[in-house]
Amino acid sequence: MGQKVAIVGAGITKFVSRAQETGKELAWQASKMALDSCGLTLNDMESVSLGAAPDAFDGVHMKGEYLRDGSGGWRKPYMRHFVGGGTGVFAPIHGWFHVASGMFDTCLVVCSEKMSSVYPHPQGAFTTIFDHTTEQALDPTLIWIFALEYNRYMETYGLTKADIAPVSVKNKKNAMDHPSAQLPGEITVEDVLNSELLAWPVNRLDISPASDGAAAIVLAGEHAAKRITDKPIWIEGVGWSLDTAYWATRDLSYPRHVEKSARMAYDMAGIREPRREIEIAEPYDPFTYKELHHMEGLLLADRGEAPQLLADGVTQRDGDRPMCPSGGLLGVGNPISAAGLMKVIEIFLQLRGEADKRQVPGNPTCGLAQAWGDLMQVSTVVVLKR
Amino acid sequence: MIGKVAITGLGYTEFSATSPGTSFRELTYEAAVKAYNEVGIEPKDIDTFVCTSEDFCEGYSISDEYCNDQVGGILKPVQTITGDAIHSLATGVMLVLTGGFDIVVVQALSKLSNMKTVPNLVNFALDPVLNRPLDEHYSFVSGLGMNRFLHDGKATREQCAQVVVKNRANALSNPVAAYGADLTVDNVLDSEPVSLPVRLLDLAQVADGAIVFVLTSEKVTGSLTDNPIWIKGVGWSSDSPSLESRDWGNSVATRLAGDMAYKMAGVKYPAKEIDLAEVTDEVSYKELEHIEALRLFEPGRAGLALEDGRTTSEGDLPVNVSGGDLGVGHLFEAAGAQKVMELVLQLRGTAGSRQVADAHKGLAQVWRGEPTTSAAVAVLANQ
Amino acid sequence: MELSKFELGGTRIKQSDISKGNVLTLAVTPKLEYAWDDGVAIGRYLEEFGNGKIIARKCNKCGRIMLPPRMFCELCWRATDEWVYCKDTGTVNTFSLCHVNWDASRIPEGEPLHLPAVIHIDGASPGMGILHILGEVEPDKIKIGMKVRAVWKKPDEREGSITDITHFKPVRAARKKSKKKSGGGR
Repeated sequence: MGQKVAIVGAGITKFVSRAQETGKELAWQASKMALDSCGLTLNDMESVSLGAAPDAFDGVHMKGEYLRDGSGGWRKPYMRHFVGGGTGVFAPIHGWFHVASGMFDTCLVVCSEKMSSVYPHPQGAFTTIFDHTTEQALDPTLIWIFALEYNRYMETYGLTKADIAPVSVKNKKNAMDHPSAQLPGEITVEDVLNSELLAWPVNRLDISPASDGAAAIVLAGEHAAKRITDKPIWIEGVGWSLDTAYWATRDLSYPRHVEKSARMAYDMAGIREPRREIEIAEPYDPFTYKELHHMEGLLLADRGEAPQLLADGVTQRDGDRPMCPSGGLLGVGNPISAAGLMKVIEIFLQLRGEADKRQVPGNPTCGLAQAWGDLMQVSTVVVLKR
Repeated sequence: MIGKVAITGLGYTEFSATSPGTSFRELTYEAAVKAYNEVGIEPKDIDTFVCTSEDFCEGYSISDEYCNDQVGGILKPVQTITGDAIHSLATGVMLVLTGGFDIVVVQALSKLSNMKTVPNLVNFALDPVLNRPLDEHYSFVSGLGMNRFLHDGKATREQCAQVVVKNRANALSNPVAAYGADLTVDNVLDSEPVSLPVRLLDLAQVADGAIVFVLTSEKVTGSLTDNPIWIKGVGWSSDSPSLESRDWGNSVATRLAGDMAYKMAGVKYPAKEIDLAEVTDEVSYKELEHIEALRLFEPGRAGLALEDGRTTSEGDLPVNVSGGDLGVGHLFEAAGAQKVMELVLQLRGTAGSRQVADAHKGLAQVWRGEPTTSAAVAVLANQ
Repeated sequence: MELSKFELGGTRIKQSDISKGNVLTLAVTPKLEYAWDDGVAIGRYLEEFGNGKIIARKCNKCGRIMLPPRMFCELCWRATDEWVYCKDTGTVNTFSLCHVNWDASRIPEGEPLHLPAVIHIDGASPGMGILHILGEVEPDKIKIGMKVRAVWKKPDEREGSITDITHFKPVRAARKKSKKKSGGGR
């Protein structure tokens, strides 16, 4: 549909628990790197798309306006989109339709996050995501919703924490090869199970850290893309889906909105057998069990079966179905929107054979990145092909 | 324009200072039902949805997660734009033009009556390090802007006051406007000083309301309506967000956004081709600044045009015949939606007693309000 | 364009850099106050909480009895039809044992854990859950599928809020009736 769109360049900062730079400066660092990576300047960008997670973290109302000049949005068509945690993978989608519509030939897509601004802890800002009249009075904390979903997933499929903890082990190890990584390391399943219990069944090492960081990609329409780089990576499929806000009425053991978004992207990309055709994937992994939950929603594993694939080594970098070769959010960090875009950038680099030591073997030509957010109800997917 | 996109369905609630009996969900549902009923569609027929919100305006984070049920978007592709509704409209246009979406819903809502500390809210948008510590009421930014505008001789203080008189009187003919009133220039000039030269009556007051549009591709438009209103062009841009380095006397963003929309719409002589305009007048002088930036009047002539009656509802280029923000109410992110809505009613010929005769092409412009320098424009036509 | 070929931005600083004044900081406490209109559906829902009752709304087309109540059925896309009272008992669909407060600080040793749960309320359609808290139960005894009952504040303490139910506690199995004593009843 529309004009073909490719990713031609990318930029990313380190992901750190607290950055000295402001959100504006981080955005600039990532955007500048993205432009430099493909030899373009801001003048070449006809439009700018910004993704950023809730304003509550940065402590600025209308933070899209505030981040504007750091993101290249001065005297240009600049727009901020927002789908909670799904924003990082929605960013290339938002940029995609700027170019696919034919209105623009290039789009600079930026994601920037400064979660450390919130005191005493970024987690506190999440209280405001609960329903203002029927839930906030219970003093909820973010971890509740993950713990509740995690518990339901385990119960439904007869899983234990030991089945799920290896996701953290795999991703933190993978992250040791990622230059942006905040929490890389060699840990064991026991380390995860023995780490501080926060809200059963969630332990500290089940969770990705809150972070500051930014990422950016450059999108170009077909003719422009081929002139800019000899390795454009095409956005072949996009999908996104939002379920009901009444989250407590959903079946928490299966993320049907992930399936919906995946099917939309697969249809567009002409993918009929995802398990065969998607050679590499970056499902969203803010918590250990989420990587597995999402693999199933993405139809890359049968329901309840993802843990077995993990145990069999299928999802390692050298396995048949590599998942989160970047190190994911668990290993690289979770500056919400920038983390999702980091996953897109990972697939971009992997398909170009430029993923450094993280490169999966076998010369992959087709990959997928997925993000998820809100009250566990939005999913965004992009399918990329060489 | 590389393709055609129409507004085929429109639904809206009244705009009122408060809406205590209804929740934000119920308000949007009302507008959505009206819009879908107009074209005889159901949620299952809709390909994608674009909602509009800013977390702090709504009072809950990740506000995009709460927009869905009341537009019927369950398990559909739904996104939120944190911008004005005209940004959402532009997004809808782009989605249709990809060829992948034939029916797109655009939604916007204001429930700002629920926000009890609006000055603190707007202050919260100021640069946290350079400006917020000054601890001034945000209208100081309007004061600085208006002072520069008057200093540059763009208009007189009385002409700015006349904008208020015109628009609030216009609102008396708009059955859904919240702040229709019969004022005089003296009322405005004598009103309580806020941040001189800005006075209380120069400022629009908060209102609640919801608006929903159904956008359609050329392919399906004919089957849904005989009276499509075509979106001929859209544009959006901004100047520097920094107070220290922006152009104070000119709305650069409006100029750029307007030119982008005109180019797309093939409008070469705006002053001649645009029959009516709905622009932001959240601070009185802004109406004059904006219509000049939009090339509808020569620099320095907008105030005179008002005095000559050219921008009144009987004039040759009515501006804010709906009442504008001053007369309808300040709808924050939904402001642009109210302006587009007015154009749709006018271009359909259903604007009742405030109908502008021979309206074929209209312009809606929105400025996102203090302390931003962001603007978005849409050009609509009924042929 | 391997990432290793670039110098990445982002400079890490520590909490101690802030407390020791190694970096300049500015602290602001925003004053952002809201008074939300509950509207028709939630207004009645919370009002009934004040009466010690849980009320739902029914859509006669799909037949769902929905909790929290809504004036329109988001699936059938039509106005809902009737108010239906539910019981104040339910089943635990999922739960957690939470050791941290909303601001990530730990709950002190010895103090009770927070026990959030999704509870499917009896009388509403299957799957109609609400978020609430469990109480009067040992954390290690909580099971998915457990039956629970609401514990209400005294009528004059209720405010028309979700917290008019302080928590849900396990429903005890009914006791067997004791045999009548010979020689007369109670």
